[in-house]
Amino acid sequence: MRVRSVFTNLIQHGRKALIPYITAGDPELAVTEEIVMAMVQAGADIVELGVPYSDPLADGVVIQRAAQRALEAGTNLHKVFELVESLNSKISVPIVLLVYFNPVYQYGLEKFIQKCVSAGAAGMIIPDLPLEERAEITSIIEAGGYPIDLIPLVAPTSRERIGKVVEGASGFVYAISSKGVTGVRKQFSGELESFIGQIRSATELPVALGFGIGDVETVEKVKEFVDGVILGSVLVQMIEEAAAKEEAIAKVSGFIAELRKVLG
Amino acid sequence: MSTVVKAGRFGMFGGQYVPETLMNALTELEREYKKCLEDQEFWSEYHYYLREYSGRPTPLYFAANLTKALGGGRIYLKREDLNHTGAHKINNVIGQVLLAKRMGKTRIIAETGAGQHGVATATICAMMNLTCEIYMGEEDVRRQELNVFRMELLGAKVNAVSSGTRTLKDATNEAIRDWVTNVDDTFYVIGSVVGPHPYPSMVRDFQRIIGDEVKEQILALAGRLPDYLVACVGGGSNAMGLFYPFVDDHDVKLWGVEAAGQGLDTGKHAATISRGSPGVIHGMMTYLLQDSEGQILPVHSISAGLDYPGVGPEHAYLHQTGRAGYAAITDQEALEAFKLLSKTEGIIPALESAHAVAYVQKLAPRTSRDELIVVNLSGRGDKDVYSVLETLKGGGPA
Repeated sequence: MRVRSVFTNLIQHGRKALIPYITAGDPELAVTEEIVMAMVQAGADIVELGVPYSDPLADGVVIQRAAQRALEAGTNLHKVFELVESLNSKISVPIVLLVYFNPVYQYGLEKFIQKCVSAGAAGMIIPDLPLEERAEITSIIEAGGYPIDLIPLVAPTSRERIGKVVEGASGFVYAISSKGVTGVRKQFSGELESFIGQIRSATELPVALGFGIGDVETVEKVKEFVDGVILGSVLVQMIEEAAAKEEAIAKVSGFIAELRKVLG
Repeated sequence: MSTVVKAGRFGMFGGQYVPETLMNALTELEREYKKCLEDQEFWSEYHYYLREYSGRPTPLYFAANLTKALGGGRIYLKREDLNHTGAHKINNVIGQVLLAKRMGKTRIIAETGAGQHGVATATICAMMNLTCEIYMGEEDVRRQELNVFRMELLGAKVNAVSSGTRTLKDATNEAIRDWVTNVDDTFYVIGSVVGPHPYPSMVRDFQRIIGDEVKEQILALAGRLPDYLVACVGGGSNAMGLFYPFVDDHDVKLWGVEAAGQGLDTGKHAATISRGSPGVIHGMMTYLLQDSEGQILPVHSISAGLDYPGVGPEHAYLHQTGRAGYAAITDQEALEAFKLLSKTEGIIPALESAHAVAYVQKLAPRTSRDELIVVNLSGRGDKDVYSVLETLKGGGPA
């Protein structure tokens, strides 16, 4: 299923999208698959899977460590695509890949997109590919008519760039809650709502908020003015701290179920 | 792979591969820097500090003993080691910190490998009364203990980086993460001709003083332009600074010297151009050492300042177009050159610069006596004496 139709459906029913992130292959790919299945069971609407990278400069320490564990466990792109394919045969929620640009570039831009499509990934988030550098990949997607969304990121520092960043985009807009890298924080700018308002005035696309969201209280606060929330580091940390995979699955899916109640 | 031609590129290299959060900061930096380019007052202040504070111009010294020992062309040493703080790094730091002040930034951050750029940044921040934080890999903190102490003495806070390979690459990642978080009040002083546009061009412009001086000095000393320019390349700022004013002088051969570590075929080296392939690191498209999946590979060099898996995008371009050649020198060869220059000229070079000297050892005997070779002595070796001692005691390069 495409990302956009998930949002359309949710919005019609007055619900908000719950978008969990975990790093593929942390601690190993088979466990990632089980956790994703459990998250979907517990109410995830879209799943964001991180492709582990040696130098994830948009990520804080929690996701950096997860990437390192995943790489040490032998995770590579081929295996991540296999995982996506396998998940797609079992679940119906869209899978979005979070991938840094260099692995995509080395794979070959068009080949990477084709592989995403054939494996069944619905979208891509490339955190180090800003507007200025994305023309080549978007023109490949358009020219090939590939059914995949390149999810644009908008930051609190984007200001007058917002219009251009969301122009021609598809799927949803990933709104970065605060300056900084990924990782749970307690304090958010009081201007969050007006920031989301700026995005809304530039696009019809649904807006999901991510970066730093790690508890039910924050989700309660922000859900009023966004279409979805993205949570990553909090889940990755649960996986890191769990003594065994059963504990990781139970903790993560328990938390997702709790969030589901809040998000309708 | 297609070549996207646009601003901020050197052919296919360069660009701005950074998180959206930084894009406005880069645009603002570029705008302010362009204003400075036209501003005589800015440059006279820059030259004032280079002259009065750092002691420029640095000499272009005819190395008579080394020339005799190698038995070929005439070798001139560009004495960047005589700068305040002991390396060329300060040229760039003075420029960037003056720019930061103009932009009203109150907090300075920087990455450092060997510690030379960190020391230079801490020094200028002390002098200009700015808050300064330095990111340095844990491994480098260990290798360059003395420089850590220097930076702290100068009032900077040194953050040891424990992620990844714990060297310059990871220190740079961490500095970028800091910048993303504190972008409003913080200026990131990048230490080499690397990073997203406009850094590679800006750092080059602040380092071209090296080549500008060499041009004037060699014309005064020898009455003509040199035949060869030789400089070590990690990120490549001392080399770019030396080369740039000569790029259009096509008879001047340019040689960049990378670190071959324990050997180009051992997998333990930092010879980015010799063994790397195009990819993206630290916001730029350039040559880098990576595996087939695009994961950045660990690198090795006896010299912490060359221990970097990428290279400045303008070097990538000079290589691709064939305008400059890039050679690689092993740890062992660099150590030999370190000893040779110390004994013949009474000048202890930085291990980084010793790579350039080692290449001259190979090059000079193949040149005729009337040819002119300029080698950039980018830094002095005081910082390396202890680790060289340890290495020699241990029976070879670590």
